[in-house]
Amino acid sequence: MTTLEIKNLHVSVETDQGSKQILRGVDLTIKSGEIHAVMGPNGSGKSTLAYSVAGHPKYEVTDGQILLDGEDVLEMSVDERARAGLFLAMQYPVEIPGVSVSNFLRTAKTALSGEAPKLREWVGDLRDAMGNLRMDSDFTERNVNEGFSGGEKKRHEILQLELLKPKIAILDETDSGLDVDALKVVSEGVNRAHADNGLGVLLITHYTRILRYIKPDFVHVFVAGKVAEQGGAELAERLENEGYDRYTKAAV
Amino acid sequence: MAAQHGLEAHSHGNVPIQTRSERPRSTSVSDFPEISNRQEIWRYVPLDKLRGLDKEVMGELSESEVTAELASGTSMRWVDSTDPLVGSAGLPEERVAAAAWTNASKTLVIEVEAESETTDASFVKIAANTAEANALHVVVSVGNHAKATIALDHLGQGVLGENVEIVLGDGAQLNFVTLQEWESGSTHVSTQFSKLGRDSSLKHVVVTMGGDLVRVVPAVSLSSAGAEVNMYGVYLAGSGNYFEHRPYVDHIAENCVSNVAYKGALQGAGAHTVWVGDVLIRESAVGTSTYELNRNLLLTDGARADSVPNLEIETGKIEGAGHASASGRFDDEQLFYLMSRGIDEDQAKKLVVRGFLSEVIQKIGIESIEQRLISAIEAELEKAGA
Repeated sequence: MTTLEIKNLHVSVETDQGSKQILRGVDLTIKSGEIHAVMGPNGSGKSTLAYSVAGHPKYEVTDGQILLDGEDVLEMSVDERARAGLFLAMQYPVEIPGVSVSNFLRTAKTALSGEAPKLREWVGDLRDAMGNLRMDSDFTERNVNEGFSGGEKKRHEILQLELLKPKIAILDETDSGLDVDALKVVSEGVNRAHADNGLGVLLITHYTRILRYIKPDFVHVFVAGKVAEQGGAELAERLENEGYDRYTKAAV
Repeated sequence: MAAQHGLEAHSHGNVPIQTRSERPRSTSVSDFPEISNRQEIWRYVPLDKLRGLDKEVMGELSESEVTAELASGTSMRWVDSTDPLVGSAGLPEERVAAAAWTNASKTLVIEVEAESETTDASFVKIAANTAEANALHVVVSVGNHAKATIALDHLGQGVLGENVEIVLGDGAQLNFVTLQEWESGSTHVSTQFSKLGRDSSLKHVVVTMGGDLVRVVPAVSLSSAGAEVNMYGVYLAGSGNYFEHRPYVDHIAENCVSNVAYKGALQGAGAHTVWVGDVLIRESAVGTSTYELNRNLLLTDGARADSVPNLEIETGKIEGAGHASASGRFDDEQLFYLMSRGIDEDQAKKLVVRGFLSEVIQKIGIESIEQRLISAIEAELEKAGA
């Protein structure tokens, strides 16, 4: 059982005009096996939350805490956070020329488990995971994210989620730019990791569409850098019908 | 750092425009002025590190400093430099090459028999061990329709002025690699002239990993129809390294193809690399296809990469001509992505640098050299605690 606690999190980002506060006191607790959806309008700070938990150097935590089973995540480097069991599926994963998917995945798996995976087992796991995500086997020969379509990038993120087996995963707008078929495939992957490994999920999305395939236990509405309302899956339905106007007007 | 080269026409500053083909040629040192940074071809070079290579008189690399493992069909011998083989591929265009030329009384000839074919590589090791300036002249001659791989490996501590002539017969195919793995305290200026026979094909690879001052000027003259040259370069410069590469392709005959790609990584204060790529397409070179590229990855502050592609076109009847040049900093987003998957910073940097250089490394086509290069890159990155 793993618990990720985000307490009173305040985060700023450096801009040309100076420091700009994005998160203004976020409280969230995610436990193994739970699926949380964070929804909100553009610019509400959803992605900032994701990158702050992962430790992107661009974001400065000015107040608050992030704890993983009581351990201070803010004291950990980016790779230590991953090794502690956190995973971020990125919205815009970056290209890494000359590094093959195969080499990348094996290096990451080795780094996370502290030893190289047994070759035969690894090849089998990789083949199964790729098959489940409807990915061609020659995909592993390509360079990481280089020339990938939007759908391929997201499948590759979820492939990592399934192979690297984190405890808590943050999915940053994994649904954006996917057609319905790809959305289903990717959602199945998340649901498998959830069912097989008891993954805790923080699903960040602008739209309710993905929530038809991944059923959240909790929904949090993010407005102007903090949680404006929370509830169960029914809250998502309400957002589907009413949109974010109610919150954004209140915030102004 | 922004690309050094924009879409606008190249600025030549106040220097009068001189086409590459109009440079004077001579084997006599006194035909060239004393070297200064005011001369375009020497403008970047730290002249205090020339260590006597520009002087009228210098010593000669001894035969015992050259050893070889040769593939079948390939032989090696020393001849007097009055031999007609010498000077058939080109003549010096500047003072250091002229000094090396006149001071080498003997010439190392590496010859590949006509029509012999092998996939094995011949390795010629040049292991200098002296702080005095020395000259060396090498002729690589590949007979008609022969196919060979030859690697010249420069190592040890030395001050070497070198001319290499590469002559390919009709239909010959040569994979030529020149490695510069000098220890600190070394200076190496290598001018390489290649002359390609009809329908011949040259792969020319430059790998520069060490030395205080290393300057490699590979010039390829495409004077016979249907010849093709691929020129690749990989370099990794650290603190105290000055590496300069000036590939030059002279398109003279019809329907020739050239492709130039150099990639370098730099780290540490004072690491400096210069790449000047010249391509000249003469009026006679109808149907030419050419592309040249240079990319540099700056891993730390205090390193500097200069990159200047020059393309002179004297005929419009060509297949294609293009060039690209860019120098950029280490990408923090790549590092973040890899580290967010549990890979530590050192290893993430290695992956990115290896990946960046691999496009060119994979072109070398000699497994043992590729492996050595990858190990050397990893050692270099570790040394600096990158």
